[in-house]
Amino acid sequence: MASALSDGGSGIPDAPPVALKILIAGGFGVGKTTLVGAVSQIRPLRTEERLSEAGRPVDDTTGVEAKSTTTVAMDFGRIDIREGLAVYLFGTPGQDRFWFVWDELAVGALGAVVLADTRRLEDCFPSVDFFERRGIPFVVGVNCFDGSPRHPVEAVRAALDLDPQVPVVLCDAREREDGKELLVTLVEHARVSLASGRAASAPAEV
Amino acid sequence: MAAPFEQPQPDPAPSHDVPQPGPWDLQWYDDEAGPVVRPYAMTRGRTRPAGDGYFDLVSVITVVDPGPAAGSETVLDPEHQVIVEMCGREPLTVAEIGAATELPLGVVRVLLGDLDDAGLIRVTRPVPPAQLPDERLLKEVINGLRAL
Repeated sequence: MASALSDGGSGIPDAPPVALKILIAGGFGVGKTTLVGAVSQIRPLRTEERLSEAGRPVDDTTGVEAKSTTTVAMDFGRIDIREGLAVYLFGTPGQDRFWFVWDELAVGALGAVVLADTRRLEDCFPSVDFFERRGIPFVVGVNCFDGSPRHPVEAVRAALDLDPQVPVVLCDAREREDGKELLVTLVEHARVSLASGRAASAPAEV
Repeated sequence: MAAPFEQPQPDPAPSHDVPQPGPWDLQWYDDEAGPVVRPYAMTRGRTRPAGDGYFDLVSVITVVDPGPAAGSETVLDPEHQVIVEMCGREPLTVAEIGAATELPLGVVRVLLGDLDDAGLIRVTRPVPPAQLPDERLLKEVINGLRAL
């Protein structure tokens, strides 16, 4: 069913719509949905996946055996760059037991923002691990909550044992400007990562 | 057929013990009650879409004219029709369809599989970032984000 619209090319009239996916990750209550709401051009939407027993291989249901389904909610927002080009921001479920939802979310993602709270820095370790293992470009946004101690970016980088090229940005997840800066930093980082990946793989393909 | 998702509730604050849903009324009566129609009843029990059935959250669904050859034999359920109407107004992603219909994504995917089978929609899958044709697109995104 290939039509003129369904084969690639961007920026040309009648090009297929392009939707890019960016994940907002981090521990429970770190401000993921707040960040999505701060930068989204639409009121954040919620979609749900209902998981049957068969559909959740890793979920430990000990103690709640009678509960046959689990609902995982995902909040997301949208930024329209231009006609036919939109960026979707997905807040990842905060609980570790929904990792398999992350797997689906992560397929084809352009990159991720990992939000960190310096009072509970360890909460973002699993997110950092997840994106490192999958080679998905990410930036760390240190959400500066009122009253949380301010650590220099380098201290956070060291505590998270991040690769030197991973950007770390101090932010307030409620502020649109901060959210914009996080996203711009992420897409720039993704662009550079992709470019170096292309350069590295080019000779091998010959 | 009217779009069930957009119909105002006949009685927004039902005082009766037993709600009187129309057969296709998909409104949730309250968060505690759960859906009146069990979600996978709408898919006749199917949990996997027809075809290869891969619908990413950001796969874009565009309605296409099925053309004269296409089946007048295709019978659409109201849920299918709602999706066709929504995506006919503007292309929508799978996640947006899920949010608008308040149906679980698994159900949305089955319904989309039917529509795809019937040739009524075009599914534009997201291009993996590593396969983006060039950097122009990402530069456009960066400029667009700065301009927010």
